[in-house]
Amino acid sequence: MKMAISPSGRIDVLKTYKLFIGGAFPRSESGRVYSIKDFKGTHLANPSLASRKDLRDAVVAARSAFPGWSSATAYNRGQILYRMAELLEGRSEQLVAELVALEGITARAAGTQVQQSVDLLVWYAGWSDKIATLGGSTNCVSGPYYNFSTPEPIGVVAIFSAAKPALRNLVGAIASVITSGNTAVVVASEKFPLPAITFSEIMATSDLPAGVVNVLTGSSSELAPWAASHMDIDAIDASGLTPKQLKDSQVAGAQNLKRIRVSDELDSPLRILNFMEIKTVWHPIGI
Amino acid sequence: MNPFEYAPALESTSIVTIAERYKLFINGKFVAPRSGKYFPTINPATGKTLSQIAEANAADVDLAVKAAREAYAKVWSKLSASERGKYLFRIARILQERAREFAVLETLDNGKPIRESRDTDIPLVAAHFFYHAGWADKLNFAGVGEQPKPYGVVGQIIPWNFPMLMLAWKVAPALATGNTVVLKPAETTSLTALLFAEVCQQAGLPAGVVNIVTGAGATGATLVNHPGIDKIAFTGSTDVGKLIATAIAGTKKSATLELGGKAANIIYDDAAIDEAVEGIVNGIFFNQGHVCCAGSRLLVQENIADEVLEKLKVRMSHIRLGNPLDKNTDIGAINSAAQLAKIRELSAAGEAEGAERWSPPCELPTDGFWFAPTIFTGVSQTHRIAREEIFGPVLSVLTFRTPQEAIEKANNTPYGLSAGIWSEKGSKILWTASKLRAGVIWANTFNKFDPASPFGGYKESGWGREGGRHGLAAYLKAGK
Repeated sequence: MKMAISPSGRIDVLKTYKLFIGGAFPRSESGRVYSIKDFKGTHLANPSLASRKDLRDAVVAARSAFPGWSSATAYNRGQILYRMAELLEGRSEQLVAELVALEGITARAAGTQVQQSVDLLVWYAGWSDKIATLGGSTNCVSGPYYNFSTPEPIGVVAIFSAAKPALRNLVGAIASVITSGNTAVVVASEKFPLPAITFSEIMATSDLPAGVVNVLTGSSSELAPWAASHMDIDAIDASGLTPKQLKDSQVAGAQNLKRIRVSDELDSPLRILNFMEIKTVWHPIGI
Repeated sequence: MNPFEYAPALESTSIVTIAERYKLFINGKFVAPRSGKYFPTINPATGKTLSQIAEANAADVDLAVKAAREAYAKVWSKLSASERGKYLFRIARILQERAREFAVLETLDNGKPIRESRDTDIPLVAAHFFYHAGWADKLNFAGVGEQPKPYGVVGQIIPWNFPMLMLAWKVAPALATGNTVVLKPAETTSLTALLFAEVCQQAGLPAGVVNIVTGAGATGATLVNHPGIDKIAFTGSTDVGKLIATAIAGTKKSATLELGGKAANIIYDDAAIDEAVEGIVNGIFFNQGHVCCAGSRLLVQENIADEVLEKLKVRMSHIRLGNPLDKNTDIGAINSAAQLAKIRELSAAGEAEGAERWSPPCELPTDGFWFAPTIFTGVSQTHRIAREEIFGPVLSVLTFRTPQEAIEKANNTPYGLSAGIWSEKGSKILWTASKLRAGVIWANTFNKFDPASPFGGYKESGWGREGGRHGLAAYLKAGK
């Protein structure tokens, strides 16, 4: 983070942290913001306090983006994730400053976190065209049929990203969800939302189609019930929810049998498969 | 057209012995229920009572869960994986030896034709045990990481449409992965599960590894809510599936759910029509339509709709409905009075909403529960018979003009279990298969099942898969 007045005496131009929906950066329709302070308690920024309506708009954007993103070639998706990694590398300085201010870690630790996030993105970029090989199968049925199973993206996934390390958790959650072709509505960590918006600026310029990832900042306890009861959300990465929020989401999510997952591993192909469905196709063999 | 006259070809029932009453199977023994209560199970083809079945209450369920826990802790989890597998191989072999007995008993208690229980259900049951037996010592290759762990005690609740097959789908993978089981069969079809208990005894399966508690929904709810259960596996309606999902919220229990469906069976104009007609019949009339993955919505391309319907009606006039024990019977009895009432109610709604109803001339037996094979034409997307699962021999016919429209209509349902595609064009089949949001796609075939083939649905058709490598994941906690 920049200080309001830099040592040279120049007045810094500060960033307005807005939402990221459908490829654009709107403010919350509710007009609400909340104050984010650094680890010492000094005011840093007023990100948007997203509302239920913002969440619904984000779901519409994510659903609209799903057919295109899920039918893009895996090669194409992998390249876009890799492109995100390239741009993340280039934005290191700003993210380091944000992480230092928010998490109260050293610049060195923040730099490591950014590097790990870049590497995580590269790792998931490579999975896009391999996950079906790992998660699929041909099945030896006892009859003259060709039978194969393949994992497919599940649809729209809501992500409640875990707090610390803020950037790495966020990047791992997003990358594991979208590499397979899902689209996402992300609710950033309530306490540490700023890196999520900066990362949104990276996504907005990485050839990632609009709406594939949408990012909201605000209150998880306010937004989780709306996400859980939203009938056009197929699954939730609940890794950042409290046990109480998780239970309430499981109850509300039962309405459309949402797949609600919690994962503590940031780099696992099982995390990708958590948000995929297995499709099995039969066809007779004969002449 | 009159069907050919067939002489009766009745399967003998002398191979089965049905006791006057059945106790619960807990810790390797048949024990009288603490509840002291029994309820009748009937033959749906005659309406006559076959036997009395114990009704397990909370105390009974508790005993069963404790037996399963002790068997898990002291015996089953200590056994080497290959030894565990050998028990499953034994069970598979005994099931093959006693296959005819199981088939006849299944037909008596369920009402399904002997041709199905004998040629489909029971052979698949044995195959499921044989298949999963071989997995027991290969779980490091199951795709969920190395050294995956079983959950512990699994509560399993199964439906009445394929009583033994659903038992096999549940019990075989659970045991192969090292879990122990408390199983609740459906209240109208407990008999084959109780005969399976005898197979467990004959196989020398350690006491408590498989426990069977009979009863209705209340027994099932007790099992789901029992704190000693680590995992739930359920096959049944989407409504009950949602109740289970709600009941286990906030607990450590996980669940696999195989729920309802409203499968589209898509017939393109370049399909082999005669084969497609066979596929339509198999899709909806197999097992009286008591199939969650039944092809209950026929989507036929508009330009061939008249031809397909004409051929379908001719084919339907040759379907033989009647005594399930007759080897020539195609459609047996509806499983229960309650199910028959539901089929009648939805069919009446179909007429009331303006769809046109047709059945071939079909004489229904006077005793028991019966419903003639029925199709509805002029069905629109909003009709109840196009949206709700009927779970009976009732087909709703809709039409489409373009492949895109077929996909849109097929996917326009909260369900996503299965679908059918009929076309002679390979690229069109694969395109359609990739667009359908359903877990099992049958192309130029329908209602095929195999232990090696994962089964399960998208969306509100459930959680997880059964069968194949993917089905194992349902019973294993991920390893490293």
